Amino acid sequence: MPKKSFRQALNEALHSEMARDPRVIMMGEDLTGGAGANGVKDAWGGPFGVTRGLLDAFGPERIRDTPISEAAFIGAAAGAALTGLRPIAEIMFVDFAGVCLDQIMNQAAKFRYMFGGRAKTPLVIRATYGAGSRSGSQHTQALYPIFTHIPGLKVVIPSNPYDAKGLLLQAIRDDDPVIFLEHKMLYDTVGEVPDASYTIPFGEARVVRDGKDVLIVAIGRMVGVAEEAARQLAADGISACVVDPRTTSPLDEETLLDVAEGIGRIIIVDEANPRCSVATDISALFADKCFDALKAPIKLVTAPHTPVPYAPNLEDVYVPTPDAVAKAARSIVKR
Amino acid sequence: MSGLQLPQDKLIEVYRNMRMIRRFEERVMDEMATGDIPGNTHLYAGEEASAVGVCLHLDEGDYISSTHRGHGHSIAKGVDIDSMMAELFGKASGTCGGKGGSQHIADLRKGMLGANGIVAAGAPITCGAALSAKLLGTRHVAVAFAGDGAMNEGVMSESFNLAKIWMLPIVFVIEDNGFGEATANEHVSAGSFTRRAESFDIPAIEVDGTDVFSVYEAAGQAVARARNGGGPTMLHVHVPRYYGHYSGDPDNYRTPEEKAAMRRERDCLINFRKRVAEVSLLEAAELDAVDRAVDAEIDRAVAAARAAPFPPLSALTTDVYVKYL
Repeated sequence: MPKKSFRQALNEALHSEMARDPRVIMMGEDLTGGAGANGVKDAWGGPFGVTRGLLDAFGPERIRDTPISEAAFIGAAAGAALTGLRPIAEIMFVDFAGVCLDQIMNQAAKFRYMFGGRAKTPLVIRATYGAGSRSGSQHTQALYPIFTHIPGLKVVIPSNPYDAKGLLLQAIRDDDPVIFLEHKMLYDTVGEVPDASYTIPFGEARVVRDGKDVLIVAIGRMVGVAEEAARQLAADGISACVVDPRTTSPLDEETLLDVAEGIGRIIIVDEANPRCSVATDISALFADKCFDALKAPIKLVTAPHTPVPYAPNLEDVYVPTPDAVAKAARSIVKR
Repeated sequence: MSGLQLPQDKLIEVYRNMRMIRRFEERVMDEMATGDIPGNTHLYAGEEASAVGVCLHLDEGDYISSTHRGHGHSIAKGVDIDSMMAELFGKASGTCGGKGGSQHIADLRKGMLGANGIVAAGAPITCGAALSAKLLGTRHVAVAFAGDGAMNEGVMSESFNLAKIWMLPIVFVIEDNGFGEATANEHVSAGSFTRRAESFDIPAIEVDGTDVFSVYEAAGQAVARARNGGGPTMLHVHVPRYYGHYSGDPDNYRTPEEKAAMRRERDCLINFRKRVAEVSLLEAAELDAVDRAVDAEIDRAVAAARAAPFPPLSALTTDVYVKYL
């Protein structure tokens, strides 16, 4: 199978789906970059190079560089989705969702329910998330708990290039509003990605690695951290199972509970802030549904309850590390 | 074309729709008092000429979005009053199956994209509907109704900008009833609304919203511009608000004299009767017959809404997603 970067995998999904379905359009800031400047077009190919080449292939009617007006263009994307198009809107950094949260939380997410089931909103909002790029507190958050909390939204957090392509294609074909979050630090990671189109259903966790002593549940970029921790633990003779939920809404409770019941020791690794988070949510699921199978307390390895710091040494310890995950695992495997 | 030159059946339709909105609102006020309509509502009474004058230019495929004060726009756009009344009663037969209520009435089959509980939120959504119309080549237009309060939300200006740079087939109708909730517009709004629109190179027209013919004429220009690829227009429509901000508002910030004068001098229904009588277009008796027919329709809608069942409890968790798993 050909090897591709996370970025290429996403770009391929966008190209193929826009070619397949003329109702798919894109809008966002600097989707191409350079528009209006002396005839320069597609200078950036998107702020992270993900949308390169789309303008040439599909033209400015379908690939729309927007003003820096998140509330207006996310709202317009929601309205377009309600009336026959299938828009993909890009929020450059998910932190900016604060500017347009009304359109996501009160509008797109609720159309179907408030309108008595007579609406569908095939909207994808792509956004980057995550720490590690020394970008400071307002460009680095992992805000998926906020979206996961809101009924009506689906939340997708791919951890590798293969999943990125399959989940994005699924997101575009889905008839509900989907928040699709891409970790900035994953764009250059490489993996096997088929050239052909394929979809990965939502709500199906992936067992990344089998193991019997401890279950490590990890999300997005943390899947790689969990895998590294599992390798460290293997050297100590501890066998760790790693499971990636891939979507936090819907959440594959069945697989999580299945694996947890067989192992009885659980670590949840999450880059988001710890309070009212996906980690606490999954932890509550285990406590509620498989308490009797637990052999040790559930351990959470998360960022601290602080904004993301700028100083490199602080940011490095803000993000959960393989060492921290391995340490937490050892602390419960001994019991 | 001046509204007075409308054919007689259209004139009757204009009057009927305004009268329907008025009676619907008055009846909702009464039914609120009985406690059978839950929560609270925001009444449109007094502003009828705006919704009706604008929507007369629209067909079913055209879009509108509304505000928290959405009954009038819905009726003017052709949403069925039986299902609207049932929705207010929270019944399963309501426009939204009882899940929306007054502030969320929507009927996508009629191009009604929803009343909205968030001030100004409909403006960008309507830009999206206009974008759909443009890209799908339907020649439909979209109308975003908003109040004077909405004009001070940033998203309104963002929407003006987006509508202009993308040359969207959209009309922004700003219904200025002088109050954002209980605060007077002049107390909180700087400059002029028309100049705000004009600063985006969006043509703006100031209209007397108590005269349906003036609204009809201005809206005709705006809708035609949108339909012919000329981009957005803004109408600044001055309307009275007969009731308080919401159904329980003591409305003690306006004097009884002020309110009485408003109803005496700025009533679109009285105004309409006067205008058509002056030029002998319609007999008073014809309009009286419309009044009676409207009353009967509202009676029927209320009786049906009362008798209808609430949604089954199983409906609590449906319609969140098209498909979740």
